[in-house]
Amino acid sequence: MMHLDFSILIDAAPYLLKGLFLTLQITLVGFLGGIFFGSLLAIARLSTNRVYSTLASVYVTVMRSLPLILVLFWVFFLAPWLLGWVKGAGRPIPVGAHMTAFITFVLFEAAFFAEIVRAGLRSVSVGQYSAADALGLSKRQTYVYVIFPQAIRNVLPILLTQTIILFQDSSLVYVISATDLLGAASKIAQRDNRLIEMYIAVGLIYFVLSFTASRLVKHLQSRLAYGRARP
Amino acid sequence: MIISIADISKSYGAFQALKHCSATIARGEVVVICGPSGSGKSTLIKTLNGLEKIDSGRITIGGFKLTPATDDLRALRSSVGMVFQHFELFPHLSVLGNVMLAQTKVLRRPRPVAEKKARALLERVGLGGHIEKHPQQLSGGQQQRVAIARALALDPEIMLFDEPTSALDPEMVGEVLDVMTELAAGGMTMLCVTHEMGFARRVADRVFFMDNGEIVETAASAAFFDAPQTDRAQHFLSRILTH
Repeated sequence: MMHLDFSILIDAAPYLLKGLFLTLQITLVGFLGGIFFGSLLAIARLSTNRVYSTLASVYVTVMRSLPLILVLFWVFFLAPWLLGWVKGAGRPIPVGAHMTAFITFVLFEAAFFAEIVRAGLRSVSVGQYSAADALGLSKRQTYVYVIFPQAIRNVLPILLTQTIILFQDSSLVYVISATDLLGAASKIAQRDNRLIEMYIAVGLIYFVLSFTASRLVKHLQSRLAYGRARP
Repeated sequence: MIISIADISKSYGAFQALKHCSATIARGEVVVICGPSGSGKSTLIKTLNGLEKIDSGRITIGGFKLTPATDDLRALRSSVGMVFQHFELFPHLSVLGNVMLAQTKVLRRPRPVAEKKARALLERVGLGGHIEKHPQQLSGGQQQRVAIARALALDPEIMLFDEPTSALDPEMVGEVLDVMTELAAGGMTMLCVTHEMGFARRVADRVFFMDNGEIVETAASAAFFDAPQTDRAQHFLSRILTH
């Protein structure tokens, strides 16, 4: 009979917290970068300019068809070569596990957020563009002040749900030896031979955070109807 | 002449929405554009602020020239206000925010100035007590009055109305027409596509009757209703006035 000893968690806590911090960093960078570049991709996809819309569409389709772990490997192994070539160094320049993780998640999430933002943009009626036009707002002002606030609001619950998935997917960086929450847990687990305790503990942390976040999204969803969200 | 329309045409694919339309409108005039649906009324009014591009011809409006090649319309837009059939208020902004947005972003007025102006206009259209609300909390008639205030906030010389009461419940038509009547009395140059013939007779100086993409008849409003000159106008009036 195996003996479970959860007291090792007390010693492991600072290291796990450091790992959790990286996990949250990846989530935040992936979310912000994903929204920013995803919005640009969405605008490009809806553009009447064929070149923009085709390029954006190809990017989104390719990214969505690849396993995340493969993109992670690509960035990890190819980015140093690319960087070395761009800088004319003649040899690969190491990028580091953290930067690899940030770049990968921004690249990957941009494709997913692009589709969500695109749905949001399409949910705004054509009349809103006409009204903004008739008031003399420039194209940029129309998007910034009229279209995006409505589009994002319309798809906010889906955006946040995708972000929860991003939070969970960030654990994949463990394959490039980045010490995120799962990476930290697995290092301790193997060092102390306490695999079951660590993987149960870390599972609970992922569950509690994801579950709480999804409850918050549900709550937010019910408050999002226009005109009711006011105190 | 504050507006002159010279031989403009417009097609959507094979469908010719406007066929060689010409007309002039004097400063302070109120013109109602009427005609059967699909006759090009809305298209005509949308060409005047460039929402629809013309294929040929030329428009001068408030000192601006519009040709098929015209691209930059921002200067024109603040001197020509437009009110839409479906209001098109911005749902994520408060009533006050709706009336302030273009003032601060397009005319670059300081916020206090824009707010003062917005409050005064909302007071004028009878909505002084609703400025913090969001559009969805208002009735259709109230929303359309906000839309009128929003357009007026840029101090336009000309106001265009595209079927402003068609989407309203009957009991709310009056409150919107009252605001428009007051605006006309104040000397605003107005073009209005509408089916409200009572308003046309009472308030309009002239009526443009359109059919099949053409301006068929332009006449003083009393003359138009009492003695329409063309068969098509007679037929149109007999159908809408006898039901």
